[in-house]
Amino acid sequence: MEILYLLIPLSVVLVFVIGAAFWWSLKSGQYDDLEGPGHRVLMDDDKPERGKADE
Amino acid sequence: MSEDHCYHCGLPVPAGVELVVEIDGRMRRMCCVGCQAVAKAIIDNGLGDYYRNRDALPESPREAMPAQLAGLALFDHADFQKTFVRELGESEREAALIIDGITCAACIWLIEQHVARQPGVLGIEINFASRRARVRWDEARAKLSAVLAAIAAIGYSAHPYDVARSEELARKERRNALWRVFVAGFGMMQVMMYAVPVYLAGEGDMSADIESLMRWASFVLTLPVVAYSAAPFFRGAWRDLRLRRVGMDVPVALGVGAAFIASVWATLTASGEVYFDSVTMFVFFLLGGRYLEMTARQRAVSVTEALARLMPAFAARVAAYPDDRSVVQVMAAELRPGDVVLVRPGETIPADGVVVEGRSSANEALLTGESVPVVKVPGASVIGGAVNVEGPLYLRVEQVGETTRLAAIIQLMERASLERPRIVQLADRIAARFIQALLLVAAAVAVAWWFIDPAKTLWITVSVLVVTCPCALSLATPVALTIASGAMARIGLLVTRSHAVETLARATHFVFDKTGTLTLGRPVLLEVLPLGRLNRLACTDLAAAIEQTSEHPFGVALREAVGSAVHVEAASNSPGCGMQAVFDGRTVRVGRPAWVGDLHGQPLPAAAQALLDCGDTVIALADEAGWLALLRFGDAIRPDAAAMIAELRAAGRQVALLTGDAAPVAARVAGALGIDAVRAGATPLEKHAYVEALQAQGAVVAMVGDGVNDAPVLARAQVSVAMGSGSQLARTQADLILLSENLMQLSRGYRLARRALRVIRQNLVWSFVYNFVALPLAMVGWVTPWMAGIGMSGSSLLVVLNSLRLQKPGKG
Repeated sequence: MEILYLLIPLSVVLVFVIGAAFWWSLKSGQYDDLEGPGHRVLMDDDKPERGKADE
Repeated sequence: MSEDHCYHCGLPVPAGVELVVEIDGRMRRMCCVGCQAVAKAIIDNGLGDYYRNRDALPESPREAMPAQLAGLALFDHADFQKTFVRELGESEREAALIIDGITCAACIWLIEQHVARQPGVLGIEINFASRRARVRWDEARAKLSAVLAAIAAIGYSAHPYDVARSEELARKERRNALWRVFVAGFGMMQVMMYAVPVYLAGEGDMSADIESLMRWASFVLTLPVVAYSAAPFFRGAWRDLRLRRVGMDVPVALGVGAAFIASVWATLTASGEVYFDSVTMFVFFLLGGRYLEMTARQRAVSVTEALARLMPAFAARVAAYPDDRSVVQVMAAELRPGDVVLVRPGETIPADGVVVEGRSSANEALLTGESVPVVKVPGASVIGGAVNVEGPLYLRVEQVGETTRLAAIIQLMERASLERPRIVQLADRIAARFIQALLLVAAAVAVAWWFIDPAKTLWITVSVLVVTCPCALSLATPVALTIASGAMARIGLLVTRSHAVETLARATHFVFDKTGTLTLGRPVLLEVLPLGRLNRLACTDLAAAIEQTSEHPFGVALREAVGSAVHVEAASNSPGCGMQAVFDGRTVRVGRPAWVGDLHGQPLPAAAQALLDCGDTVIALADEAGWLALLRFGDAIRPDAAAMIAELRAAGRQVALLTGDAAPVAARVAGALGIDAVRAGATPLEKHAYVEALQAQGAVVAMVGDGVNDAPVLARAQVSVAMGSGSQLARTQADLILLSENLMQLSRGYRLARRALRVIRQNLVWSFVYNFVALPLAMVGWVTPWMAGIGMSGSSLLVVLNSLRLQKPGKG
């Protein structure tokens, strides 16, 4: 049971770390646009020119 | 995509248009110069990937750009930039823009790529969800107009996005609230983890050290929940106490504070019970409920905000109309009455005015709730904020800025939202009494349990304080009224007084004015009697063509009735008589029968003479050879009036017609609509007395009139509805304004008001039942504080959700 003396304070610290992470994400606007970034990764900015056309 | 559709925008390629752009090695057909220019710009900049990645077609750019580009220089105006451009550094600027025409994610990619390549642009970010963009650029190397031109070149249009202050505030409030909920929720979960083992552990399973450690850990996590998440409750309670009254927050703050302090004391002295889990859970449920309630409310009141954004920033002024059609882009705020502006299809009309040239239709849905675009012909008035749908229109500006209908509508809506109706004040007074009683009951419960079982005293008292807090009671009425007003505004019935919804629903007698209310209030073409070689349609078309430039009400009525366009020459006006023109080489006249008859000198046929005697206004059409037709004009009954009257009667309401017109006309209208009670030839004083007499018999009178001439009688009735046409909207004192002039909307609004009243009753019954059931349960100790938290926020939420049903267009 001695391990609890470590685990309980550790859990408190973890809560604050997670809280800080959420606070940062909220402040930096991570929740403002939930759709765009998902599409954005699909578009390459540096694709070499292709000759193929798709219909 | 087939070959006969534009490769860029997907619209069919008109016959004879041969415009092509080479894309990915193949020649693609384009429907117009605009699409061609856009596609060329995209390909020349190496952004052909757009065509591979898009999954929706863009909007067609329609007209070629140059005219719009000329206006962009205005954006570089320092005064104009003040509202939406921020200075970030020496010459670095950031602008907030809203971009029109984004249809898929590939659009975002295209714009970002293209704009980022412009010299001097430091960065651009576009939010796909809100279509808003932030652009940063170096003022020394680039101008904002160049950025906007780059966006326009690839087929999108960007407008400055002037963040309305209230909207920004609402966003901040939402973010703060979400963060408070998160802190409380996270604290609650973690505190639970420490509390559960203590509950489960048997006697002696857990050493005192561990238990004390758990308590301290719970305390550390509860502290931010109480100090930060629950802060609004404490602030509210403190404000109430300073003003020497008791509000909703007082019992909540008392409960949270008492439980927390007792737990802290128990932790410090290592004795008694701790309630950290109850405190956090309780705060979490309360905040969660408030958050949901707030988002629902913000959505419901966004109608005003949407209206305020309708007016465009720019207008195309035609300075030398009609001699020179060249267009100058000016700020809409610089327009003056008398200016002529060009509004292209798809653009928003920048001010109130009258059509001087062109034929189109305007979508006024947001302003009047009328979803079908309204036909606009020369002489017709248009409302600033409406969207021009079909063809270009030249308008003469009549009202600008604060005097427009849009500004008046916004003012009236704000007036209504600032008032507190009696019914809400009453609910508030009851709630305040209720809280006072509740505090006394809680004190009694505390004393009683102190003698029965001191260990349970604290949490039972907290439960009583929380579970019976009359939040639902005080929300029941205002939320339903707010949502009902918003829903009514959407169907074109503007609520300008806060009591209007309730009183309309309670009305027993509906009294209508005739002219302009049950009838259109302006002449329409009622009958065409052909007298010569031309048939009915040809006569109408010819008369309309002659009256093409006339601003006389008959001219407007003729143009509305016209089928196909006929060409006439040398039209001239003889004031007081009519108009004359040349058609097919012959002189034709339309106007007063005597004057028209002078053209050929023939007497009127006997059949025509009867028409002349019927009482309505009749004008004649003739050429040199003889009479062609007689046209009868008169005031017509609104097409939807009969259905509305029938519905009111079916709902058991008394309907009466009260008019200053002569008895025969009034009787004819009343007969057509099925109204029994008719009072004709009434002076304003008699109208007033008539309503007063009804009220003396205990009637709740709803008076429907045209708003301006009926002002005294409208003010006398318990609730008044005015027709929303005319420029004097802002001066109207009526409680409700029917913006669309569509009487069906009035009966929809009436049904909505009755539903709102029903919803308010349900809400009140529910919140009373809830409080009276929960109180005894909490007093005997069957409700723990966290259950109390769920109960209270659940009951408030139920009230809000029940009220939200009013937003749905229901049957009745």
